[in-house]
Amino acid sequence: MGSDARAEILARIRAAGSIAPVPIPRDYDHAPRSGPGDAERFATMVADYRAQVHRTTESGIADLVTALLPPGATVVAPADLPESWRPRTTLVLDGDPRPLSVTELDAADAVLTGCRLGIAATGTLVLDAGPAQGRRALTLVPDHHICVVRAADIVDTVPQAFRALDPSRPLTFVSGPSATSDIELNRVEGVHGPRTLDVILVGPAFG
Amino acid sequence: MSTFLGTPSLPAGTGNLRGAQSFPAAARKALGDSQLRANLGAATATIRAKRSAAVAEVPDWEQLRAAGSALKATALQRLPELLAQFEANVIARGGTVHWARDAAEANRIATELIRATGSTEVVKVKSMATQEIGLNEYLAEHGITAYETDLAELIVQLGHDTPSHFLVPAIHRNRAEIREIFLREMPGVDPAITDDPRVLATAARTYLRQKFLTAKVAISGANFGVAETGTLAVVESEGNGRMCLTLPETLITVLGIEKLVPAFTDLEVFLQLLPRSSTAERMNPYTSMWTGVHPGDGPQRVHVILLDNGRTRVLADETGRAALHCIRCSACLNVCPVYERVGGHAYGSVYPGPIGAILSPQLTGVTGRDDPNASLPYASTLCGACFDACPVRIDIPGILVHLRAAEVDARRGGLPGPQDLAMKAASAVMASPSRFAAAERVTKLGRLLGRMRGRITALPYPGSKWTTSRDLPMPPAETFRQWWSRTHDGSR
Repeated sequence: MGSDARAEILARIRAAGSIAPVPIPRDYDHAPRSGPGDAERFATMVADYRAQVHRTTESGIADLVTALLPPGATVVAPADLPESWRPRTTLVLDGDPRPLSVTELDAADAVLTGCRLGIAATGTLVLDAGPAQGRRALTLVPDHHICVVRAADIVDTVPQAFRALDPSRPLTFVSGPSATSDIELNRVEGVHGPRTLDVILVGPAFG
Repeated sequence: MSTFLGTPSLPAGTGNLRGAQSFPAAARKALGDSQLRANLGAATATIRAKRSAAVAEVPDWEQLRAAGSALKATALQRLPELLAQFEANVIARGGTVHWARDAAEANRIATELIRATGSTEVVKVKSMATQEIGLNEYLAEHGITAYETDLAELIVQLGHDTPSHFLVPAIHRNRAEIREIFLREMPGVDPAITDDPRVLATAARTYLRQKFLTAKVAISGANFGVAETGTLAVVESEGNGRMCLTLPETLITVLGIEKLVPAFTDLEVFLQLLPRSSTAERMNPYTSMWTGVHPGDGPQRVHVILLDNGRTRVLADETGRAALHCIRCSACLNVCPVYERVGGHAYGSVYPGPIGAILSPQLTGVTGRDDPNASLPYASTLCGACFDACPVRIDIPGILVHLRAAEVDARRGGLPGPQDLAMKAASAVMASPSRFAAAERVTKLGRLLGRMRGRITALPYPGSKWTTSRDLPMPPAETFRQWWSRTHDGSR
């Protein structure tokens, strides 16, 4: 039955007649060069979506993360989280020695990860399950996401981001915390995803 | 059943694409609902202002629209090749692809896939395709409960209502009505709940949390499928999409065959056009992309159902096929003076507003003058605001006129209707200067009819065909030709 449907749909498309090709104008702003982009613009756009933006140097990450958490907080993180980022609190690593259950993720106070890149024009973080990012459930279930982005990993435009990304990886674009506008078009942060998003912008100039 | 709109040889779409009554009848009822009109007026005015600001930030907006339009046209032109390529790439990455000719076939496939998991519950991401095929109703008949997880879809589902907007399906409800629905229908809701949107959103979060963490099967649509890589993309705000796409073991995605784009980097165009056009944001909070199965991360059984359901019919109409370019942003709804006053339900189909007025009748075909979808191409003032707002430049007014012409052509030869007689009379009058001057003198009589209110609200038949649904402006005291002869000494 399945192959019948396939053949029939393809036959219907052909029966609809051939269509002349059209040229695709590509004169929109490509900005083909990759990062680093404008970190200050990125910070402004992220803050505009009611995420908190913090600036520090590589050596200041652990202190900053610790300060963002309530005392005694339990933080989950991917197993390959850099040693120098680890806060002075209860840290549970996903996949070391075993993947955490959704119940364990749900019980955590926060999740700490890195990201693949940031997009300045839109204030977007992109995660691709690469180093220091973990699987998708990790950054989804805990109610508070702390995400580290290096200034060197910021690009300016959406086309720049697409040129840098690998479509074979699972990709998550995050622009501010979870939000809805479903009730009288009032924007309310926090429905099903993390309700608090802290973005830690890391660069040598942020000391 | 004979169809006279589009190409009759290609099968019509089935499912929730046709209402029970004509647009004028449904619209009359909606116009009498002052609560609906107040809710809609406030919501559409808000989103229009926000969208203009979001679009104004982008210097290359017109170039992006042109690229988006051309990419969609290219996808349709290369459709057989792109579908085969997409299928091969999904399979190569561990996914399974199914093909569905119509709503019934898609529903059957989805139900069999769910049954194979042993589960009787599914969580759902808002999707126009599954609304179109009536999947929730079909699943309910087969003992499977589908939970809508988008806040607005949840409001619609709990309210035993139907969606009235692509993006904000509960746009016709205000906070007080939503509170009432939650109090009445949401299991375990706090009886002291207020109508603060934040409080209502939190109640929905609590209600759905356990469903997300325990669900074994999820059903989604997708905004885009990428032929070159087999990637699917879902654009959303609340995180309910990520929950459904990430936590269950099995994911079933229903994808209209027109949703393909050729290459992964083509998404750079649509991810700039869609958020600003729909929610007036620079970027929506969450976009998820997945390609087949990602071992150890997310669903380990991934199915895609490719849906025709009348799309090939639309494809066969050279002018009308541009309706398939639609990326479901809802910008045309929010700027439409007709939608703003009557809301989405009046259009009958799950596709409301200007895009629905061209898409629904083409998907289903029109079976005769009594077909409710025959009235949809007339559900417009042809003001053109929808074309200006459309991020992929669909010429909606042009297609509306094309569909009206097709409908008139199809019933040519029968007895002339009142409109035909009126047009014939007008044509005779306008063809001769003396007849036109005589007619102008007659219209002065209209000033008597309109004297009380400055406009004419009721004419005798056949003029009543016009004035039952619109007022006529009062004719001027002096016509242009009279003014000309008075101020130019009678010389020509």
